Amino acid sequence: MKTILSEQQIALTVKRLAHQILENNQGLANTVVIGLQPRGIFLSDRIVAELKALVGTTPIHYGKLDITFYRDDVRKTLHIANQTDINFSIEGKTVILVDDVLYTGRTIRAALDALLAFGRPSKVSLCVLIDRRFSRELPIQPDFSGKAIDTILSDKVKVNWRENDEKDEVVLV
Amino acid sequence: MKLSTKHLLGIKDLTKEDIQLILSTAEQFKEVLQRPVKKVPSLRDITIVNLFYENSTRTRMSFELAERRLSADVLNFTASSSSAAKGETLLDTVNNILSMKVDMVVMRHSASGAPHFLAKHIPAAIVNAGDGINEHPTQALLDAFSMREKLGKLEGLKVAIIGDIMHSRVALSNMYLLRKMGAEILVVGPPTLIPKYISEALGVRVTYNLQEALKWCDVANVLRIQLERQNQPLFSSLREYNLAYGIKRKMLENLGKDIVIMHPGPINRGVELDSDVADGPYSIILNQVENGVAVRMAALYLLAGRES
Repeated sequence: MKTILSEQQIALTVKRLAHQILENNQGLANTVVIGLQPRGIFLSDRIVAELKALVGTTPIHYGKLDITFYRDDVRKTLHIANQTDINFSIEGKTVILVDDVLYTGRTIRAALDALLAFGRPSKVSLCVLIDRRFSRELPIQPDFSGKAIDTILSDKVKVNWRENDEKDEVVLV
Repeated sequence: MKLSTKHLLGIKDLTKEDIQLILSTAEQFKEVLQRPVKKVPSLRDITIVNLFYENSTRTRMSFELAERRLSADVLNFTASSSSAAKGETLLDTVNNILSMKVDMVVMRHSASGAPHFLAKHIPAAIVNAGDGINEHPTQALLDAFSMREKLGKLEGLKVAIIGDIMHSRVALSNMYLLRKMGAEILVVGPPTLIPKYISEALGVRVTYNLQEALKWCDVANVLRIQLERQNQPLFSSLREYNLAYGIKRKMLENLGKDIVIMHPGPINRGVELDSDVADGPYSIILNQVENGVAVRMAALYLLAGRES
């Protein structure tokens, strides 16, 4: 097991991602953040907390999206759904999709489909903590990336979060 | 996690975990149904036939809508307008339909056990949409979902099931389900409409006194008098039934507590429920209908996903 990002590095990376999002979306006007269930939520929770500290009193629209019903492998494995909670309109907004690891790209493909059930955003950007850039099966790339790693397929990247797995850490298993 | 059974034939065969899984998945589908686009692509490669040998409005529309919202391909079969009227047997009919590559069968039949018979002879997954006086599992699931949504829990809930217990598949499925989930059950009705050994067989209490039941319960699930299944007169008249067991607004107001009134539909207004109760503030009857679609989506989704 090899550590890719330590607790301190994750904290710094989250801060940087928040700054980059703000840099590209001035004042977060017309911008919403949507975390992907289940594990993208840990990252989006922190990014939103950072953004709140940066923009002060401006309210941030923050939602959670579960993509289970949009997966392309229903017949292969049964997935259990998590809660979706988007209580604002995304019509004409810039949506920042947040997930922990970008791997084959299939989750994001499903997320884009799911997102369109809520309206027509003017733009969708993707923010991930880890980009496994040589493992893609679909033409999908992140706009904001914490760290890119060039692993082979058999490697497993695990992102641990304090809330769920005792401490913040990204490891190669 | 997946369901322990391949078919949904009855609540009797489900575990407590199965029921919890269906209810929690239904919560997610209920959210899907609030979206601007209420359709998900989950079952787009699945074909489902709705095989209805008995009349239905709610259940058939609810199933069909659930199937379409899941993007399944849907075939509808109604016995009265099909070759069943020419004498084709159930098994022949279904085998012919399945040879057209149909994956799931949703079925209603007036004979108790018809879907169980079919399950033994065909490979497709079967969902029982009501068989005779046996079970109506999706109705019990949507009843439980609605109770839990309204009152926050099922365990320890006091539920009175009122009316034609003898002929009601809704009653039987409800009793199985509520027992498994730890609710207390009291069945209420005239002695001729309550099976004799029901306490021993199903672990429910029995009373013939409506007032006593209403005072005790949190939820009253009121059943339709099923005249079509009664071969001999079991009470003297509908008017007399209404006098003894019909629920009137005044009764509920005089209880001095909250009570939830449910009914699986169709209502015989002025028989088991007065109109001002059915349409009044205690009633969650239309919420039940709304929840039915989400619950059926959950059941179909979980059964289709189990195929693998």
